[in-house]
Amino acid sequence: MELDRAILRRTDRSDEEIVINFGPQHPSTHGVINFVTQTNGEVIRRSVPDIGYLHRGLEKIGELVPYPGYMPFTDRIDYLAAMFTNEGYAQAVERLLGVEVPLRANYIRAIAGELCRISNHFISIGSMSQDIGASTPFTHALRERESVNNLLEELCGARLTFNCHRIGGVAYDLPAGWGDKVLRFLDHLDSYIQEWDRLISFNEIYVERLANVGVITREKAIDFGLVGPNLRGSGVKWDIRRDMPYGAYPDFEFNIPVGTGRVGTVGDCWDRYYVRVQEIVESSKIVRQALAKLPEGEIAAKVPRKVKPEAGEAVGRVESARGDMLYYVVSDGSEKAYRLRVRTGSFMAMGIVEELSHGVMVADLIAIIASLDVVAPEIDR
Amino acid sequence: MTQEEICTQLKAQFGEAIAALSETKGDRFVVVKGEKIVDVCRFLKTTTGLEFDYCLDITAVDWPARKIIEVVFHLYSFAHRHGLVLKVETDREVPSIATVESVWKAATWLEREIYDLFGVNFTGHSDLRRILLPDDWVGYPLRKDYQEAGGYHGIGNERPDPLVQLSKVTDEKRKAIAAAVAAAAPAIVPAPPLGTSGPTPPPPTPLAPLAPSTATTTATATATTTAPVAAPAPGPERKG
Amino acid sequence: MTHPAPNLTEPGTGVLFTNTSLLDDAINLARKNSIHYLLFGLACCGIELMQTGGPRADLDRFAAIFRASPRQADLMIVAGTLTYKMAVRTKLLYDQMAEPKYVLSMGSCSNCGGLFQMSYSVCKGVDKIIPVDVYVPGCPPRPEALTEGLMRIQDIMMCERWKTKMRPGRVDPNAPMMITKPK
Repeated sequence: MELDRAILRRTDRSDEEIVINFGPQHPSTHGVINFVTQTNGEVIRRSVPDIGYLHRGLEKIGELVPYPGYMPFTDRIDYLAAMFTNEGYAQAVERLLGVEVPLRANYIRAIAGELCRISNHFISIGSMSQDIGASTPFTHALRERESVNNLLEELCGARLTFNCHRIGGVAYDLPAGWGDKVLRFLDHLDSYIQEWDRLISFNEIYVERLANVGVITREKAIDFGLVGPNLRGSGVKWDIRRDMPYGAYPDFEFNIPVGTGRVGTVGDCWDRYYVRVQEIVESSKIVRQALAKLPEGEIAAKVPRKVKPEAGEAVGRVESARGDMLYYVVSDGSEKAYRLRVRTGSFMAMGIVEELSHGVMVADLIAIIASLDVVAPEIDR
Repeated sequence: MTQEEICTQLKAQFGEAIAALSETKGDRFVVVKGEKIVDVCRFLKTTTGLEFDYCLDITAVDWPARKIIEVVFHLYSFAHRHGLVLKVETDREVPSIATVESVWKAATWLEREIYDLFGVNFTGHSDLRRILLPDDWVGYPLRKDYQEAGGYHGIGNERPDPLVQLSKVTDEKRKAIAAAVAAAAPAIVPAPPLGTSGPTPPPPTPLAPLAPSTATTTATATATTTAPVAAPAPGPERKG
Repeated sequence: MTHPAPNLTEPGTGVLFTNTSLLDDAINLARKNSIHYLLFGLACCGIELMQTGGPRADLDRFAAIFRASPRQADLMIVAGTLTYKMAVRTKLLYDQMAEPKYVLSMGSCSNCGGLFQMSYSVCKGVDKIIPVDVYVPGCPPRPEALTEGLMRIQDIMMCERWKTKMRPGRVDPNAPMMITKPK
């Protein structure tokens, strides 16, 4: 296979080394990703990610489907944090059309988005714990996630792929009594996160496994184009919600957690993990503020049924759960996009795995992949 | 710095290779000549005051009408919080451009994806091979004139559309079937279960109406069950 | 305990639990209550598969545990979109499972290509590669729907005779990739 030849061409293999495939069907790769690994049994010489097992041609479908009809497809780009993918696409098309989203719609987008971020981060830290070997936190995470699924199902009818935002606003207004349910969940969550910390975050074995593993320096993170908690774990304080604010985020006060090297080096796996735990706390703060300040008004701007923007191009950027997600939409004046491009954080994170894999042990490779929080459809689209 | 200032600085350094900042609707971009792209990128990254240290995205757009494939660079600077969009127009017949891998490592995989989906050749790339599609895939899917090969390794790509098959049952046919069933109904008597012999059970009687007001509803309910169900309008032919 | 023969002229009588002997029933009871399913979550349905195995809609109460290796599994839950690149590996995994094996196609993407039918790289249904026993529609199916699908697999298991090992669609591992022929 071409990939094997590529590896053999670049390094000469000693007799004791083998080339094995991690995946594409593997419980610990987050989705169908294949890591072609050259190892002598325990220590890895190099590991090259082989992606594309979930390439569904979403960018080509963007050229075949009219603008409003593409919204369900954006859900499937990142199904764990589908509110953000919806929002990014809506933002790009709204910029093309020149439509202004009403304030209440922005608030609902923020609330739904932050709840989605909590849900995604639970899966991320839960499955990371399971990859390291602790299976209890995973069931805890799934249980907490069920509460968020229930809330979002009450909002928009779906547990996973929401299709909740529309071009110009949101599709569904908050149901009666929903705000109180959310606040009750957040009260439970704030005390539960401390239980989570006691359970696993500072567990001695967990810290030993993750500290000083997979260190990404600040310069490397920027050079390789990392985003989101991966970038913040390396000490770069960059968050689109604060640095290029959009929607309702200028009205909220929240911190940006950054990796500090608390138990090891800045930019190691534990830092990236703990940034996510702290982001759950920050998200709960944002949702509380949003519910308190929620304004009355329309939930969607008036957009014509057939969306036909003028020829041009626009970029929509949102701070997704996995980082800064960029939608680049080129329009030629018809009702279907001419080119739709999605740049996701997981794709860039995969690019750095080969660099980090030299000389690590097999178990550490699993920890590195888990800490980068990749999800296969974001990589492959 | 604003985009105009960056553009003037670029023009001062590179002269003819830089076109003016675009005036089209939406985000503005700068068209750069293909031969100078690596120098331009290195200049943007290393000059103090510009310092575009972050390669947000490299992508491509296929314009068969203009006979080019545009390679689009989205760049950003964390230090100075400004962004820029560069475009390079490559010939559609033999698209080729130098790689900017040496400037930003993020470009490695982004350029591989453009090679995979558009067929643009990046000269000097360390590892130019397909990334998303299987290695033996034929064709470049995101081009506008891409034709599907009709399957892969023997797996077909057609799937009969169930709506098309269902819509072959027309209204008349449906009425005929319903009439035939209604006419034949008294003749079909349920056979006694094996092992028992006895009189056949009587056919079930309809429930007595609960209240006088519901009498009309039950009458209409029984009336509508024998009426033919409207056939769904045949949907548009979906490609397999 | 022989079940009576089915009454085929009356609607509503099925063919379940009819042709099996007492020994068959005992064996099938043991088999259906310890299904090991292969973790084959490809896309969004894979997350719902995980949630179904989670605390609320628990698959563990059917004693259905996930196994990572196909050698240890007897049910393959194909959860998610199948691309051509993955199809080759899917066939390999299916061949590695030991008989008797079952396939449950979860979600519209593996039923028929689903939302991505107009895409160039998506296989229009997993039944183009391997024979499927139960199709669970949904996008993604709720945990309750997947549980129902699992219970239908259990019903299929209960109907089987040990002697004849009724199996839909035996597959020749040496045959070329295009497998399913209409019956």
